[in-house]
Amino acid sequence: MRTEPLLVVDDVVVRFGGVTAVDHASFVARSGRVTGLIGPNGAGKTTCFNVISGLQKPTSGRVRFGGRTISHTPVHRRARRGIGRTFQRLEAFGSLTVGDNVRVARDIRAGLLGAVRPSRGDVGGLLERVGIAAYADERADSVPTGVARLLELARCLAGDPKLLLLDEPSSGQDETETEAFGVLLRDLAAEGRGILMVEHDMDLVMSVCDELHVLDFGEVIATGTPAEIRSDPAVQRAYLGYSDAGSETRTDLQPVETTAVIPAVTPSTPRNSAEGALRAMSTDFHGDPGGTS
Amino acid sequence: MSSFIAYTLFGLFSGAAYAIAASGLVLTYSTTRVFNIAHGALGMVLSFVFWDFSVRQGMPTLLALALVLLVVAPAIGWFIARFVARDLGDAPASVSLVVTVALLVMCIGVATQVWPQESRTILPFFAGRTFGIGSATITAHQVITILASVVVATGLYVLLTRTRIGTAMRASVDNPELLRLFGGKPEQVAALAWMIGVSLAGLAGILLVSTVGLDYYALTLLVINAYAAAMLGRLTNLPLTFLGAMGLGLLTSYFPGYVHLDGFLAQVQTVLPALFLFAVVVALPQAQLRIGQVKGIVSAPLPSPRRTMGWSAALLLLVALLAGALSEANLLVVGRAAAFGIVMLSMVLLTGYGGHISLAQLAFAGVGALTYAKLGEPTLAGLAVSVLVSAAVGALVALPVLRLTGLYLALATLAFASIMDKVVFQADWAFGFNGLLPAGRLSFLGHSVSSTGAYVVVMTLFLVLVAWAVLVLRRGVVGRLLIATRDSAAACGTLGLDVRWFRVGLFALSAGMAGLGGALYAGLRQNIGSGDFIYFNSLLLLLFAVVAGVTSVSGAVLGGIGLTALPELQSSYPSVAGMFFVAIAVFAILLAKEPNGIAGHLFRLGRWAQDRVAPRIRANLPRLPGAGGEDDLASESEGVAHAH
Repeated sequence: MRTEPLLVVDDVVVRFGGVTAVDHASFVARSGRVTGLIGPNGAGKTTCFNVISGLQKPTSGRVRFGGRTISHTPVHRRARRGIGRTFQRLEAFGSLTVGDNVRVARDIRAGLLGAVRPSRGDVGGLLERVGIAAYADERADSVPTGVARLLELARCLAGDPKLLLLDEPSSGQDETETEAFGVLLRDLAAEGRGILMVEHDMDLVMSVCDELHVLDFGEVIATGTPAEIRSDPAVQRAYLGYSDAGSETRTDLQPVETTAVIPAVTPSTPRNSAEGALRAMSTDFHGDPGGTS
Repeated sequence: MSSFIAYTLFGLFSGAAYAIAASGLVLTYSTTRVFNIAHGALGMVLSFVFWDFSVRQGMPTLLALALVLLVVAPAIGWFIARFVARDLGDAPASVSLVVTVALLVMCIGVATQVWPQESRTILPFFAGRTFGIGSATITAHQVITILASVVVATGLYVLLTRTRIGTAMRASVDNPELLRLFGGKPEQVAALAWMIGVSLAGLAGILLVSTVGLDYYALTLLVINAYAAAMLGRLTNLPLTFLGAMGLGLLTSYFPGYVHLDGFLAQVQTVLPALFLFAVVVALPQAQLRIGQVKGIVSAPLPSPRRTMGWSAALLLLVALLAGALSEANLLVVGRAAAFGIVMLSMVLLTGYGGHISLAQLAFAGVGALTYAKLGEPTLAGLAVSVLVSAAVGALVALPVLRLTGLYLALATLAFASIMDKVVFQADWAFGFNGLLPAGRLSFLGHSVSSTGAYVVVMTLFLVLVAWAVLVLRRGVVGRLLIATRDSAAACGTLGLDVRWFRVGLFALSAGMAGLGGALYAGLRQNIGSGDFIYFNSLLLLLFAVVAGVTSVSGAVLGGIGLTALPELQSSYPSVAGMFFVAIAVFAILLAKEPNGIAGHLFRLGRWAQDRVAPRIRANLPRLPGAGGEDDLASESEGVAHAH
């Protein structure tokens, strides 16, 4: 009998009013593997992360972690069971230094006793590991975006999580930094952690991930190895917006110059068409340096 | 049956007036994202203006009404939109809250200054004209009010859905930038919303004034009914707001008619709207944990322990010297400042470090004072019990409001404070209505601190100890967690912190501190009553805390002194008493975006003096003997540099 994967997302639906952000999504992430979650903007990737980490209640569906259903477990308990995450829109503690950000994570981990008797724990080592030790004494709201993302990762690692949810971890990094980051990811996976990553840098995704899930309009439209995904017609359609992708198969998934027509969004435009307009504008999913999408 | 109709008619009348007020509130909020705490206060001021025009100057009623609603009110609204509320929508909830509280206090200041206390009456419209409905009668004034609410409702509906500017108003709240991009002018839209909003506040005030009376506070606080109705419509839904207002009007009308009012229930009746508000705010589905951008605030620098020790010693010495020199009456003032200082320190912990705005700190102080007086055990043990009871009440309040933040938390705590004030403190088993309870001076190991001078020194000692405790907490693990939860509660949750229970603990700790202040104050005065904990003063407490600097211990001490000085100054210069309110409000509005308040400026001044003036003095004085404080100064300026 095969053991259950570390994380199982089972038929999860999330609706906000009339908008379905996640539509019967099912996918898994395994220990020791890097799993990618990709898809165009607005495909529901971050909402999936919110459901897994407990910040968002799903309308229906289940989340299982380590063989137990955690759909109704509060955020902090999921964290204590070993789910760590970073945020697409950064959530570093801006008024604290980079080092103190990690110290807070360590203190939370240590629990009540830690509040009385500060636990040891290698804050410097964690910063060193993600490569931002030089920023230890700077305020977190003054460091570059790329550093803040790595800080969130270091903060996460202070809790020694079994599963890491990384939301666009490499945006704001340059090429060499991304390369180093890829090595770090493989390292973390080699320690036996499961990594589930939302990422728009396709080079990184294709080189680091063991398995990919592609989301579009909240649905999982494809699952497979990077090579399989690269040649999947449904993925081409979702990314490129072609109704018939079979005739023109692209193999690189590089950014496409789209001449997206931006319809005028007047205040009176109904919500649905405004959404459509936003989707049209954001077809250029690739390379969003600020991560402000 | 006839009484039922009469109650219904009166309920519809009050409901209609609340609906007019609430719809103004909703219009301003849904367009500018500023919840105007001062809505009722503006209505109060406009009612006074109406009185001035129609009664004092003898204008025809219709002309006076038109002038107030179509000229004066829009002018005030435009002024607020232009100079006070600008950019407030994007600011943190705490900033817009403080600014509108300041506006409220300013209104009261202006009204008391321009129209000093005297008996004034405004007759209802068409006084004496009544219509019979069955066996009940309805006055012409009530009919006009109900009709006016229908006109307002229809007018707003047409404005928002059928006109260009109305569409722009609805768009503006979602995204003013996008509106600007498409040729709209968010500033104009906001100005219009404020103009209409203030005008509706005026209309509601004028319609209610013949029932409520022309009173500074009654009209101002009547707005709680409007808050409650607006909250039911989640501050954006006008039909639900109207429904809520009518429901509340009927409820407050039926309640005294059909519930046998004696003792407890009679008091409950006065807080029905507050209960309604509390229930609505707590029951409302809340937004999920906020996920946003990295934000940090520049905190006031933390002083080094040596520096803290130095200032503490200086403060104690000063008070000890004063204790020997001052008269009994002046000593009471100093003691009062120390008590308020302790209450302010509870706000430093909760608001300054934790980022939660509570308008119930004075109520917690009242709980401490009440427990201390009721126990009749003026010892450290009695004091400790008072603190524990306050802490327990604080935790109890925190439980239902666990999920609330910002504005919602502030309103829920305001409602709680008014309930405590009216139902608990004024109850016969507590202080009693206008009653006083005796309270003893503290005694240590059997020695009572009976002289006022000595007692004031003891209070100052407690102030210093609490300040130390706050600083120790801030420097340690808990302080780091406090800042972290303020910056991002969501991140703390995903790191494994149970944010809600952390907050319950924080509320309990803060309430306990406020309770200590209250209990010590009771001992100082040797008697204490509900009049010392009027919930309106919670608003002043917040203003002084923010103006003086709610992020630092020094700010708390300054705030305590300021809050004590205010009534003293007002009674010394009664001719300009209202101007003091106006002054503090102006300060608060100017300082609202400076998170560290006056204390922050003082720290900066101190740093400037160290950097610029001190070297010069040192250069002129060849050798300073015993420059012991030098490393201390260095560490302080490091702290400052660090914070920037």
